Amino acid sequence: MSDKTEDIELRLLLEAIHKRYHYDFRGYSVASLKRRLTQARERFGCDTFSQLQDRVLHDPAVLPALLAYLTVQVSELFRDPAYFRAIREQVVPHLKTYPSLKVWVAGCSAGEEVYSLAILFREEGLDERTMFYGTDINPEALKRAEAGVYDLDRLPLFTENHRKAGGKSSLSDYYTAAYGSAVFDKSLRRRTVFSDHSLASDAVFAEVQLVSCRNVLIYFDRDLQDRAVGLFKDSLVRKGFLGLGAKESLRFSAHADAFAPFAPDERVYQKQGDL
Amino acid sequence: MSAGAEAVVIGASAGAVDALSAVLPALPKGYPLPVMVVVHLPPDKKSVMAELFRGKCAVDVREADDKEPLTGGTVYFAPPDYHLLVEPDRRLSLSSEEQVHFSRPSVDVLFESAADAFGPGLVGVVLTGANADGARGLRAVLAAGGTGLVQTPTTAAAAAMPLAALAAHPAARALTLDQIAAHLRELGGTS
Repeated sequence: MSDKTEDIELRLLLEAIHKRYHYDFRGYSVASLKRRLTQARERFGCDTFSQLQDRVLHDPAVLPALLAYLTVQVSELFRDPAYFRAIREQVVPHLKTYPSLKVWVAGCSAGEEVYSLAILFREEGLDERTMFYGTDINPEALKRAEAGVYDLDRLPLFTENHRKAGGKSSLSDYYTAAYGSAVFDKSLRRRTVFSDHSLASDAVFAEVQLVSCRNVLIYFDRDLQDRAVGLFKDSLVRKGFLGLGAKESLRFSAHADAFAPFAPDERVYQKQGDL
Repeated sequence: MSAGAEAVVIGASAGAVDALSAVLPALPKGYPLPVMVVVHLPPDKKSVMAELFRGKCAVDVREADDKEPLTGGTVYFAPPDYHLLVEPDRRLSLSSEEQVHFSRPSVDVLFESAADAFGPGLVGVVLTGANADGARGLRAVLAAGGTGLVQTPTTAAAAAMPLAALAAHPAARALTLDQIAAHLRELGGTS
């Protein structure tokens, strides 16, 4: 639509990143991506996206820093407590009927959502039979997820969220506070795999009972949203569950018919049977 | 000046409900422009803004959905805890990236993305508020050739936001709420 020079340069930058490093941001929503890349451009002291493209093509050290801008990494433990309450009260009773469980947190960033679900599953007595997969494209975020270390000043919010989500224990049971940080218990990730996976270019890797992918699809355009939801559909068992962000819906998805609203207010869907 | 207006963005914070009550209900049924509104709200509240104004307005009022195409005669409120942006293809999109000026949604984020999408066709309106959100955004609106309207600071419940917006760009025009309402009607060709 727009053929402003800056927009041409932005598209060429995304093309260059894809060709050189195989990270594919070409199907991302432009408005917020452009905003974040403008911040990156300023941080790298570049006047134009073309200059930034030059830097990223010729200096491999630039890409990891750029990924922090390209991927949004804002989350918190038990963010949107009503969602986790719906998982606990409505989805868990179904999950309890399976002898073993797999859960995929897609776009897990620094792991907040994985730890939230791991704590919830322990409280519900499911953790011993559950494998968690936390996937993201950003290796730095995955490292932080693996470490499970969060700033101590975020803990009051996490604790309050956990309580509102119907927490059956004290959140402080699961972390050790030291030097301004909270280190979450290793046992929470004993059956967790954090791994590199791109919703834009990779395929299904496991059959799972629950996919939680919240506030990720909003960064994708409609085609990429369809691709991602298609992966979730193919990954889920029959009658498996898909949880989305508070403002995300399958209403306009190409795969809408494959899912039925399960807890509509909390954006939890259930995959339908034979189609 | 009124020819060519394609969309309106409005930002308001402290005192927002009263100020918007003087502006949004003045828009007539069949108003041709889409209107996007950011009001600073606590993140954990379900927003009552859309419901509140639906009852008062002749135009459609709703909370914005991700990837929704903009249509005229509709007021779109940013949902709590999400930034509202306009894509180059003039669809709305949401984002949960960092707060700006301690706010999500942020006026700057909406205005800057809308300025990019609409250029000279955009009208940016900064109303009452107690911080500096909107100043940078209004500068972007004017830099793209759009129009900037600001509530006269002395008439605002909280003057900081209008003052910051006026300081950010000399071409922004200070108007009372009634004048802003009249101006928006005129831009829609329905004075």
